[in-house]
Amino acid sequence: MNIKKILPQLLTLLVVILIFGFFSYNAQVNMENRGISFGYGFLSQESSFDVQFSLIEFDGSHSYFRAYLVGLLNTILVSVIGIIFATIIGVVVGIARLSNNYLINKTAAVYVEFFRNIPLLLQIFFWYFAALRALPLPQDTEPMFGVFFLTIKGFFVPAIIWNNLDIFIYSIIAAIISITFVRIYARKKQENEGIQTPVFSISIGLLLILPILTFLFGGVDASVEVPVIKQLSQSGFTYEGGIKLPPELISLALALSLYTATFIAECVRAGVQGVSKGQKEAAASIGLTPNQVLKLVVMPQALRIIIPPTTNQYLNLTKNSSLAAAIAYPDLVLVFAGTALMQTGRAIEIVSITMLTYLSLSISISIFMNWYNKKIAIKEK
Amino acid sequence: MFKYLKQLTSLVAMVAVLFTFTTETMAAKKSKTLKNTQKKGFVRCGVSQGLPGFSNADAAGNWTGVDVDVCRAVAAAVLGDANKVKFTPLSAKERFTALTSNEIDILSRNTTWTLSRDADIGLTFVGVNFYDGQGFMVRKNSGYTSVNDFKNGISACTNLGTTTELNMRDFFNSKGISYEPVTFEKADEVVAAYDAGRCDTYTTDKSGLAAQRIKLSSPDDHIVLPETISKEPLGPVVRQGDSVWEDIVRWSLNVMIEAEEYGVTSANADSMKTSDNPAVKRLVGAEGELGAAFGLDNDWSLRIIKQVGNYGESYKRNIADTGILPDRGPNELWTKGGILYVPPAR
Repeated sequence: MNIKKILPQLLTLLVVILIFGFFSYNAQVNMENRGISFGYGFLSQESSFDVQFSLIEFDGSHSYFRAYLVGLLNTILVSVIGIIFATIIGVVVGIARLSNNYLINKTAAVYVEFFRNIPLLLQIFFWYFAALRALPLPQDTEPMFGVFFLTIKGFFVPAIIWNNLDIFIYSIIAAIISITFVRIYARKKQENEGIQTPVFSISIGLLLILPILTFLFGGVDASVEVPVIKQLSQSGFTYEGGIKLPPELISLALALSLYTATFIAECVRAGVQGVSKGQKEAAASIGLTPNQVLKLVVMPQALRIIIPPTTNQYLNLTKNSSLAAAIAYPDLVLVFAGTALMQTGRAIEIVSITMLTYLSLSISISIFMNWYNKKIAIKEK
Repeated sequence: MFKYLKQLTSLVAMVAVLFTFTTETMAAKKSKTLKNTQKKGFVRCGVSQGLPGFSNADAAGNWTGVDVDVCRAVAAAVLGDANKVKFTPLSAKERFTALTSNEIDILSRNTTWTLSRDADIGLTFVGVNFYDGQGFMVRKNSGYTSVNDFKNGISACTNLGTTTELNMRDFFNSKGISYEPVTFEKADEVVAAYDAGRCDTYTTDKSGLAAQRIKLSSPDDHIVLPETISKEPLGPVVRQGDSVWEDIVRWSLNVMIEAEEYGVTSANADSMKTSDNPAVKRLVGAEGELGAAFGLDNDWSLRIIKQVGNYGESYKRNIADTGILPDRGPNELWTKGGILYVPPAR
């Protein structure tokens, strides 16, 4: 390391620091001139507003910090739901686009071209207001399977009331741990003796049997609470009991997954097409079944092409979830950068916290996906 | 001769320095915002994204409403033409930032005057141009006749980040009713969601309810419940720290109200110059030097009355004749049973 190499780096760092310093100094002076105070003390103040839908207990007597957590959890919730569904739809559509069947192939192509070329905000409005117009009022709805009620005020599903839920959860954890051991054992056995163990069936069995045992012997007990209709006024009804998924969440998750799935579908198609034909033919020629060809030869190679661009789509979906504010889904932007910002007037503080939060969320997703990508990458020996 | 030149120059310099000091203080008295406005040639005014009666743009982009008229009055006073206003439609979320960051010079956007807004975020409220209160709109066929009929589990649509959200919580809490707040960023979405049946009630300022009701698919199927659950004094806001500009906006509004009190209208303003009442003569600039205090000429108030009209004319044109709230209620003059009462312009 000589000074010639370090000096430009140091200079760049210095310039960056100076630019940041200038902006924060400038902001400070301007805020002082306009009589705006600065500080994060407001986070512990009472929020005095309510939120429609929250994963943790929240009302106006809680602090602004808790309101921040409510918004953050709601953002994570809709992102996770969106990512799961976008991946499922994306993989199915991506493979459908490779199908030799003309109808399946073209349907998938039309879906992709249609949904990825319309602005997401419009799609969110469409799904929300179309859903609101199309869904029945609570009193007019036909229950699905007698216990699910899809209405304009939300999707009411039965809640499960647990006794000794913790034992049940431990049993699932135990099942997962034992599955890991079975897999390690199976791999060793295959390497040493060349005998394959039916890992998949054993795993399913463990996942079913252990929790069932807790019901029989562990004192675990679950009952179902079905939503019941409640009259609010001569013409207004709602449902009580059970779990309520607000229409805002459903339409937002729907719009996000349908939109992002088109991009994932293209990633999947590109990935599968990126595996050379010779690989498949070689695999088939050594006697692998078509299933094994896909699972052992094509997919591991395709995934290497699919993962990096799909990571971008996951990041996009998470960031796009901030459009929730348009349709009243209480995400981070609506609750914290919306209501809390306006009630406190602390624009710089709140916007900076919100930006940092999205940054951390995106970086976490990206770190996880990079780790996964590394895991499946070719290991040079 | 040269002997004295040095002394002469220093004397000239001293006089020059003194002179610049005096002009400097005169200019400082003329506020920065006023100076900028006169230089630009228009008043920068923040309004709502469309609230009939208060600030609403027609198809041709002409803004009308009582909030709009406050900005027009200021334009008439400082620029001589009520049309020299640039309107910026703002959401509830953007409005204060737009003002504090110098995007606009007056915020006249049905904004409630509260302690925390006035004291905390670099704003100054200059007066009240509409006394409002929060109410509830419900469907007629719900059978609700009072807020006391509300039951647990009711869902209420409203706008994001307004005092409405806080009042709603106070109200439902005091009644011990559990409720579901559904908050949207824009009023149009609130109306659409309530109209579709997402919510059992729509709550905001009563003037807003009356104005938005027109946008519903069948306005006659909805009623506004009689109760008012909060005080909502709405008024124009300016940035903190420019007291001359603050005074100009405050007195532009006050002049409109006082003109109504003395019966001065846009039609008879010129003839009032020969009135026997000194208060009326001061109002139309025929007596006194009221404008000088702001650095304006003496006809500033006459221009407001002639070009925009008095408060009663503005109310009639924008709110009463459009069928939004024909009854002036508290927004009547104090002499006629209302609570409009402004300090004397003298």
